Amino acid sequence: MPLFRDEEYLRVDFEEKQEKDEALWVKCKSCGKLIFKKKLQENNHICPNCGAYFFLTAKERIKTLVDSESFVDETRRIESDDPLGFIDVKPYEQRVNEAQKETGMFDAIIAGTAEIESMSLVLAVMDFRFIGGSMGSVVGEQIVNGIELAAEKKFPFVLVSSSGGARMQEGLLSLLQMVKTTSARNLLDREGLPFISIMTYPTTAGVEASVASLGDIILAEKGALIGFAGRNVIEKTIGEELPPDFQSSQFAYDHGMVDAVVERDNLRSELSEVLKFF
Amino acid sequence: MSEKRTLQELEKQIEQLKNLNAKNGLDLSAEIDNLAEKLAERQESAKEELDEWDIVKLARHPDRPSSKVYIDRLTDDFYSLHGDRLLGDDKALIGGMAKFNEQSVMVIAQSKGGNASKSKETNFGMLRSEGYRKAHRLMDLAEKFGFPILTLIDTPGAYPGKDAEEKNIGGMIARSISKMVSVDVPTMSVVIGEGGSGGAVAIGAADRVLMLENSIYSVISPEGCAAILWNDENSADEAARALRLTADHAKELGIVDEIIGEGPEGAHKNLEVTVSSLEESLNRNLSQLLELDRETLLAKRHERYRNIGSFKRVTKEE
Repeated sequence: MPLFRDEEYLRVDFEEKQEKDEALWVKCKSCGKLIFKKKLQENNHICPNCGAYFFLTAKERIKTLVDSESFVDETRRIESDDPLGFIDVKPYEQRVNEAQKETGMFDAIIAGTAEIESMSLVLAVMDFRFIGGSMGSVVGEQIVNGIELAAEKKFPFVLVSSSGGARMQEGLLSLLQMVKTTSARNLLDREGLPFISIMTYPTTAGVEASVASLGDIILAEKGALIGFAGRNVIEKTIGEELPPDFQSSQFAYDHGMVDAVVERDNLRSELSEVLKFF
Repeated sequence: MSEKRTLQELEKQIEQLKNLNAKNGLDLSAEIDNLAEKLAERQESAKEELDEWDIVKLARHPDRPSSKVYIDRLTDDFYSLHGDRLLGDDKALIGGMAKFNEQSVMVIAQSKGGNASKSKETNFGMLRSEGYRKAHRLMDLAEKFGFPILTLIDTPGAYPGKDAEEKNIGGMIARSISKMVSVDVPTMSVVIGEGGSGGAVAIGAADRVLMLENSIYSVISPEGCAAILWNDENSADEAARALRLTADHAKELGIVDEIIGEGPEGAHKNLEVTVSSLEESLNRNLSQLLELDRETLLAKRHERYRNIGSFKRVTKEE
């Protein structure tokens, strides 16, 4: 099994540079209140006023989830080659370049090894800022590499999803990442290794309908959006309004789709509690 | 449109000449051959002019043969099975045992229904959670009895409905894919019309994937893509071209192994041709797959899907 051991890996810079042109204040989409950015960060990106969850970037997620300094980035240095030459109102290549600039990432995912309370795991974390966290060839490949690394090291595999689904701009190749990641996921069964899927805002469409829903244990972060078809599409199809909690974490829990709804502050301890069994 | 009329006119002339030929004992065969040749030429050039959007329309043509037609033509003794053993029976998914060349197989097929009342019954080929669970159940059965699996894909996509979400349709699609990549019998899939996103790939993760010439296979419907990326559903034709959702492209990407020719103007005009080339291909592929032992079959399937994707090494400075 090729594990690309000869590749160079990038290091996640935890000493984050002071972001230059970003405002000091952000507005909460839920309550509308202006919040001091530093205060938001200190509060795990939860609105101190109304309790609404802001989504986390992949790096922020890693920081809040695993032992500090334990994360070793094994994300392969690969990026999209725009296989379709896709152009909508903007060329896909430009979208990728812009997203890379904004996030400092190659694509919508970081994967590596880490520890939680000294328990080893392979952790892959998606980043919604990068074209909606969508899964194209690169994201699919990084997930599969993460799974193969877990199988090689005999570590549990943990995936934190934050993705709108398959990436349209890579067409059929993106759709087939659903099969690629699912097929790889079965390697963990063969090795008797646990796969813990953490669904956050959002886990929908092609990602929800493949690897994310195949966790042995599935934890939903409070404030997540979990579902297959988009709310607008469903409302248009059935011609009626959907309840406000539709496709929420609680909705997923109530319908037997996930094992637990976990508050962000407790996610680390909850994950650790689960990992102790393996 | 006018090219189409010319083609129809030519066809009519040939038909008339053939009738004359038969009735009056006149030997018009040279004339007929001449016209037939012209017709074939023009049909060929008409085909070359088809763009992605034309093919979308052909793939969705109301007269396009549905999976029922192919099951009837390709198999014998089809015995239909029903129900997901939990919630109900999804009429958008036909499934059952059949004989394909005297070999018992499990057929799992999406059905658009055809005419208006049938279409409603089959929900226009949009499966609900029950349908994917039923597919999973039939794959279990096939595995138990060692029946190769043949799936026929024809869906605009999984059903976007409240009840489907409440019954975890995403999870059911995921489980169907998972079962299909791990089932230890040979699997073949044919996209016969619309291969609409996750709802299609759920039963498409096969050892061999074939596509009818004028069918489509796409990550999202052109309308859905246009609504999101162009913010305008009317740009569906543009989206279809950008998505490159044709059989040719799917084959280029290595996602589809073979394209089944339909003859001029599509399968609904040339059912015999389409069925016989499909039958030949299925036969050949199935015999190849039946020769593999279980380990090789599964290893090859894993390798096939492991390698799907297109990317390059990062060359930029960090």
